[in-house]
Amino acid sequence: MTGPSPRLSPKAEGAKRKPARYWLQLAFTLAVCAFLVVPVFMSILAGLTQNFFVGLNSGLTLRWVGEVWGLYSDTIWRSIGIALACLACTIVLGVPAAYSLARARNRLTRWIEELLVLPVAVPGLATALALILLYGTWREFRASWLFILVGHVLFTLPFMVRSVLAVMMSVDLAALEEAAASLGASFPRRFATVVLPNVRPGILAGALMVLTLSMGEFNLTWMLHTPLTKTLPVGLADSYASMRLEIGSAYTLVFLVMIVPLLVAMQWAATRMERKGA
Amino acid sequence: MDPAARNTRRALLLAAPALGGFAAFWLLPMARLVSVGASGPDGASAYLAVVTNPRYFRSLASTVVLSMGVTVATLAISLVAGIFLQRNRFPGRGLLVSLMTLPLAFPGVVVGFLVILLAGRQGLIGDVTSWLFGEKTVFAYGMGGLFLGYLYFSIPRVILTIMAAVEKLDPALEEAARSLGASTWQVTRDVVLPGLAPAMISSAAICFATSMGAFGTAFTLATQIDVLPITIYNEFTNYANFAMAASLSIVLGVITWAALAGARTLAGSGVAAAA
Repeated sequence: MTGPSPRLSPKAEGAKRKPARYWLQLAFTLAVCAFLVVPVFMSILAGLTQNFFVGLNSGLTLRWVGEVWGLYSDTIWRSIGIALACLACTIVLGVPAAYSLARARNRLTRWIEELLVLPVAVPGLATALALILLYGTWREFRASWLFILVGHVLFTLPFMVRSVLAVMMSVDLAALEEAAASLGASFPRRFATVVLPNVRPGILAGALMVLTLSMGEFNLTWMLHTPLTKTLPVGLADSYASMRLEIGSAYTLVFLVMIVPLLVAMQWAATRMERKGA
Repeated sequence: MDPAARNTRRALLLAAPALGGFAAFWLLPMARLVSVGASGPDGASAYLAVVTNPRYFRSLASTVVLSMGVTVATLAISLVAGIFLQRNRFPGRGLLVSLMTLPLAFPGVVVGFLVILLAGRQGLIGDVTSWLFGEKTVFAYGMGGLFLGYLYFSIPRVILTIMAAVEKLDPALEEAARSLGASTWQVTRDVVLPGLAPAMISSAAICFATSMGAFGTAFTLATQIDVLPITIYNEFTNYANFAMAASLSIVLGVITWAALAGARTLAGSGVAAAA
């Protein structure tokens, strides 16, 4: 997105007078953008107005945000905790798995790759039902936040693996490792001092993705949660169904404040990776 | 043992923790889901119920039609906007792209709420139409709202994919076509669109699979919308018909997986499903 314009011929006259098609396309693109942005803007506004039905004249307030904090702060902390735990699990499981897929390219590893993506290809509802049917009778597990964590790890692991694998395939790991080995470095040492530093951009991009997905996961979580293990998106659904519009909006605003920085960081990491040619 | 074989074996060993967890928490539960699906009064023929039972079939058919409609509309909209954004430079373009990718991080529940703000009882569209025609248009709480929601969910993803694909197109091909006298429309039809075909196929598959299996948006809009995920949810929670819920969700899973796998065979890698 940062390169020069892909047009080959310098259209000098085009700069002066654009064809009607250009303006039509611009208007269309702006309309699409309005469709995507206007409701977000409305939601933010609704979360900050005294009375959304009266309109802005009723005045701006942080009252609803305060009420959300009082009602739902536990879901916010729980979601952050689950997202961080999920990140730890995907790094511990995913980075070695990606290494394995990168170093041994054969039919077996391609199968493994296919398998690990299944929880993303199949609707979360199916995965959640399957987990409940097999482990639902194990009361302590079913009632704990770990039950939700398992679902989140299943769903986010492929993203971490893919992100790390992409970087691993772009650097010549085999040659780097061989060089280190010829200097007498043992495997754990090579992994820690050669492999990991080289794939850091992939881990970073994957980590941001995992955090964003886990914070927003609903399809699985709605089935896996209990009244005592509500996460942020579960609380959102709850507030949309049973609270006044202003509270739902203020809650959405809290969610946006948490998720948008992650998204921005994710895009920054992705462009940085692209520039490095990964 | 020679070092190469040892490296390979060690590499495979490193995938063991991930595989073990996957087997325990996905493969085993899925096997259980399959067997529960066949444990109802109808046995294994429950897997055919989605075709033989009119209620489930209607649910499946409306989900497929909705998802196809969403896919076609998303592709058409994203092609126009994506090609435009990648091919033109104008002030504010960067901001426009950032704004349009903002919804990438929104889960389905939030999208459902935004649809209510747009087309719900107190929504913007209703306000505008009542001001214009004196009549309030409200369509958030049914298929119309779901269509709008899935469109909202899919457009940012597909626009990004299209933009990346347009960037990789070889401009020399278009230049050659133009120098041979092809009109803009001909160049678009015969050079640009075929060049974008892999990106379009993979986007279409992801969009279709997501719309088939998504749950959050429909759940927020109304729990009575007749789409397969909601049907499955109701079977499970309201009727405690575990066997039916299990067999229907297996059928749904096979459909979304097949759509993604099929697209990957057609378009090459990169179709790994969306979030």
